[in-house]
Amino acid sequence: MKIHEYQAKEVLDRFGVAVPEGRVAETPEEAGEAFEALGAPLAVVKAQIHAGGRGKAGGVKLVRSREEAVEAAASILGKALVTHQTGPEGKVVQKVWVEKGSDIDRELYLAVTVDRKRGCAVVMASREGGMDIEEVAAKTPEKIFQEAIDPAFGIHPFQARKLAFKLGLTGDAFKNGVKVIISLTRCFHALDCSIAEINPLVVTKTGEVLALDGKMNFDGNGLYRHPEIVEYRDLSEEDPKEVEASRHDLSYIALDGNIGCMVNGAGLAMATMDIIKLHGGMPANFLDVGGSATKEQVAAAFRILCADDHVQAILINIFGGIAKCDVVAQGVVDAAQEISLDRPLVVRLEGTNVEKGRSILEESGLALETAASLDEAAEKAVKAAKGGAR
Amino acid sequence: MSIWVHEETRVLVQGITGKHGAFHTGQMLEYGTKVVAGCTPGKGGTKAAGGVPVFDTVEEAVRETGAEVSVVYVPAPFCADAILEAADGGVRLIVAITEHIPVLDMARVKKALEGKEVRLIGPNCPGIITPGGGSKGCKIGIMPGYIHAPGSIGVISRSGTLTYEAVWQLTTLGLGQTTCIGIGGDPINGTDFIDCLRAFQDDPETEAVIMIGEIGGTAEEEAAAFIRERVRKPVVAFIAGRTAPPGKRMGHAGAIISGGKGTADEKIRALREAGVQVCDSPSKLGITMKEVLGR
Repeated sequence: MKIHEYQAKEVLDRFGVAVPEGRVAETPEEAGEAFEALGAPLAVVKAQIHAGGRGKAGGVKLVRSREEAVEAAASILGKALVTHQTGPEGKVVQKVWVEKGSDIDRELYLAVTVDRKRGCAVVMASREGGMDIEEVAAKTPEKIFQEAIDPAFGIHPFQARKLAFKLGLTGDAFKNGVKVIISLTRCFHALDCSIAEINPLVVTKTGEVLALDGKMNFDGNGLYRHPEIVEYRDLSEEDPKEVEASRHDLSYIALDGNIGCMVNGAGLAMATMDIIKLHGGMPANFLDVGGSATKEQVAAAFRILCADDHVQAILINIFGGIAKCDVVAQGVVDAAQEISLDRPLVVRLEGTNVEKGRSILEESGLALETAASLDEAAEKAVKAAKGGAR
Repeated sequence: MSIWVHEETRVLVQGITGKHGAFHTGQMLEYGTKVVAGCTPGKGGTKAAGGVPVFDTVEEAVRETGAEVSVVYVPAPFCADAILEAADGGVRLIVAITEHIPVLDMARVKKALEGKEVRLIGPNCPGIITPGGGSKGCKIGIMPGYIHAPGSIGVISRSGTLTYEAVWQLTTLGLGQTTCIGIGGDPINGTDFIDCLRAFQDDPETEAVIMIGEIGGTAEEEAAAFIRERVRKPVVAFIAGRTAPPGKRMGHAGAIISGGKGTADEKIRALREAGVQVCDSPSKLGITMKEVLGR
């Protein structure tokens, strides 16, 4: 789960990471009031959306007066901001964060994430703050310093000191930097984060070390023990079909094609997408109804697929293990009748209770095609969707 | 022969009185698995599905029944603790079926198991099966038993149902399996591809291996390097997620292309360079294996 920058800064502040003073505004007037309340000669107005690259897209503006703050907020709020992470349609900005300007001396990079290979969290720091860190990692990996964190102990102070020395911090900045590194790492572990990134982490001329930006993602599987983080979820930032799917414990990702897919199991769902492409079509989505799909889940999945206007044909591929084919078939028949299905449907069932499942489909009188193998199913679906052209 | 489990293996079920635990205990018993004990704290002294005795602790269950493998169906919030209890209780193999375990819980578990004489398979996996004929097999997990047949192919996979697909193709083509292992779809897991490849290489009964990977992480690339160095048996592979968009988690917690890393194409290239037959289509796994074996 992702949260906004201003929310991340609230969380970081709670854990002892220094952040610049700021306020959230939902209207240009509020942004003006925020500027006055901050009482600083310079402030920054920042669009709050769940995507990076806001600065380059015009979503971050420096302001020097109340009027400028109002003007900047008016030019950002309610508009779609298009960054390299939003897709061409962009994301509509509903809130801005108005923040006191900082007297920046240096820009650093600091992040904590999970290192799959080492099986633990790793702290990454670099002197190349403000840059695209993936580019730094690809071109000059030696410029990124890393410390693996023992999951039982947490971060040792010496590890934070090592990183702070490598970042070239001295004096007050060193002390403050060590504190930020330790606090961020503790926050990461305490809240089941999947990433906690500060880019840039700035050193001011007076030796303060401040989080100028904050990006936090949380492990969905750990959210049950952090209800205060779940409160931060902003459904308007998510695809409505994905939100609807998650309400039914379905895993759904929208894609660009025109063949709607319903599959049980994530690996088989990906493989089904791949095989559609191999046969010259394009999948409209990834949809995993789970290993133990219920009738209700199948019906919900079906409704989500049919609500998508891009979908010109539907392919259902179920390999019954825990999920039983007859249960899936009944869910399909019920949902198809309920919503009066108006698009071609190809169904491929295999596994537990497959005979029962096939006869439920046959006896339903639904206009559907069945397929015995993966290849046949993909071929029929691609043909039904007219070769995948939208 | 087989790897890690066989028809005599004595199995303990943690979470045996839960819905999934009870159902799958029945399925495992039916397949011929020697389920000798169950564990649910507070229900010690009772009998579970199929008359299996239930104990309060793993330690007691191991002492009383000689269980050597534990399969864990305990719900995610309590699962890390259950795995640690199994390791402490003295089993040699833990098979964790449970999905949705927080990744940092798994980081702690992995650290705690370091240096111990115990193997963890999973979590978030279908389990491990050594097929047998006529209720002689050992099925530890949730896979449908009947799709398997005894034979000489080893199967390793990060997925569940996609593995069933591959196994079904093998079985219908007359190619049985020595052992099939689901290593799970989470970013941090116990047994990896390399552990399985090493065991299959050393198993005299295994003639060839099917390996099913997916996007995310670098486990397939590391497996490719190992295959090049150490594996002298044919390997046929498929990598799921060629059409998956970057930055999106495709169902499994570990299936995500992040920072341009973990793409299917990189993995396929690495495997092909190591001499692995990588299928473009998941529907070709069985037939490709048949061709490779010249049958």
